[in-house]
Amino acid sequence: MSKTYFTEDHEWIRVEGETATVGITDYAQEQLGDLVFVELPETGKTLKKGDAAVVVESVKAASDVYAPVDGEVTEVNEALSSEPALVNGAPMDGGWLWKMKLSDKSQLEGLMDEAGYKATIA
Amino acid sequence: MSDLKHLPLESLHEEAGARFGAFAGWRMPLTYPAGVMKEHLHTREKAGLFDISHMQLFTIEGANTAAFLSRACPLDAAALEAGKSKYTVLLNEKAGIIDDLIVTRLGSDRFMVVANAGNAAKDEAHFRFVARDFDVKIDALDRVFLALQGPEAESILLGAGLDLADLSFMTAAEPRENWFAARSGYTGEDGFEVALPEEEARRFAEKILADERVIWIGLAARDSLRLEAGLCLHGQDLDETIDPASAAILWAIPKKIRESGDFIGAEALRRTIAEGPVRVRVGLKPDGRQPVRTGALLLNEEGQTVGKVTSGGFGPSVGHPIAMGFVAPGYREPGTMLVAEVRGNRLPIAVHPLPFTPHRYRKG
Repeated sequence: MSKTYFTEDHEWIRVEGETATVGITDYAQEQLGDLVFVELPETGKTLKKGDAAVVVESVKAASDVYAPVDGEVTEVNEALSSEPALVNGAPMDGGWLWKMKLSDKSQLEGLMDEAGYKATIA
Repeated sequence: MSDLKHLPLESLHEEAGARFGAFAGWRMPLTYPAGVMKEHLHTREKAGLFDISHMQLFTIEGANTAAFLSRACPLDAAALEAGKSKYTVLLNEKAGIIDDLIVTRLGSDRFMVVANAGNAAKDEAHFRFVARDFDVKIDALDRVFLALQGPEAESILLGAGLDLADLSFMTAAEPRENWFAARSGYTGEDGFEVALPEEEARRFAEKILADERVIWIGLAARDSLRLEAGLCLHGQDLDETIDPASAAILWAIPKKIRESGDFIGAEALRRTIAEGPVRVRVGLKPDGRQPVRTGALLLNEEGQTVGKVTSGGFGPSVGHPIAMGFVAPGYREPGTMLVAEVRGNRLPIAVHPLPFTPHRYRKG
């Protein structure tokens, strides 16, 4: 059973046991516009909550995506190298960015659930 | 955001679902629901409508106008035929570019000048300063200014009741009272720029939009279109420290004027041409998929800084990242390999001919 959390910076994090998948929300991809490049982290990289983990580049600008919690990158979405627009088309599905092993699950308590997040962008 | 100027047709953009942002003191549509990629491609394929009312039109009239303009700009205004437009610049004494402009001769003693939004106030002050020695009348016009760009533009305007088929690239007319229409633009495509009074503008825009070949295009696609077309954006690729020789826009200055014109900045420009500029504008093509943005440093093989990117992004029509920048003259040849510094990474980038997409103007 997975549970999805959201951040104020418009990331989502779907947690299954000790691992999690991270991406940006539909609202975020809409704000950014058509993505043309995604700079992914190296597998094995240790991330601290708030670190710039990924850079997403639209036609016009580059934006950071931050690590929502501490952990180690275990996998990145290689499909984005050839098809960055997956993030626009399916931000919470095929457009995921990276997977990570969580080092402090208690950090999740500070994040929002979907209803809470939706209230912030309404 | 509260001090921003509002486009007269703002409500039309809101109805179209525009996302707005600040540009040059204006609240401008950046993108519409189609998104920058589709907007860009649609313009090249069919036609796109741009609200460019942030740009400033001036009429300059009086018996002295040609002489005045030939003083303010490196231009042979007296030789410009009525109905013809010319791309030119406003220079300071050091030949730095205050703004780039389109000047059109409307009649024997009347000219139209189109200036960039962000420079409009500065340009007007400069014009009025230079005008002290001339008998001319300068008026900043209040107009809605629309650009329709793309291969279908002519027939769409005809359908909207405006027949501009007789115009060729860089010619203009006054089709109705207080209207101004030019076959010009900022995309590299055939197209028109039409200025008209606000009272008539909404109806005119709606007629154009009723044609299913037309969609609104925001500033984001305006930028990617002009960059693919190799056209400069003042404030990024041109500024008051860059002269026309460095900017590689000497083609805009007739040879005779370069040699003997009495325009402001002439002496400095002649010196730069004689000595050769210390940096020159070039096109740049990053290797791979990662865009290289404004401000990125350009290094040679030895790791020395030899230039800087002034505009960079992605070219939807060419399908790869594109950029423009300035390099030391020894690195200007197309094919020269450099390295761009992006967030600590070094990305290979090649000097590339401009434009990236061929211009498709309707030449006379």
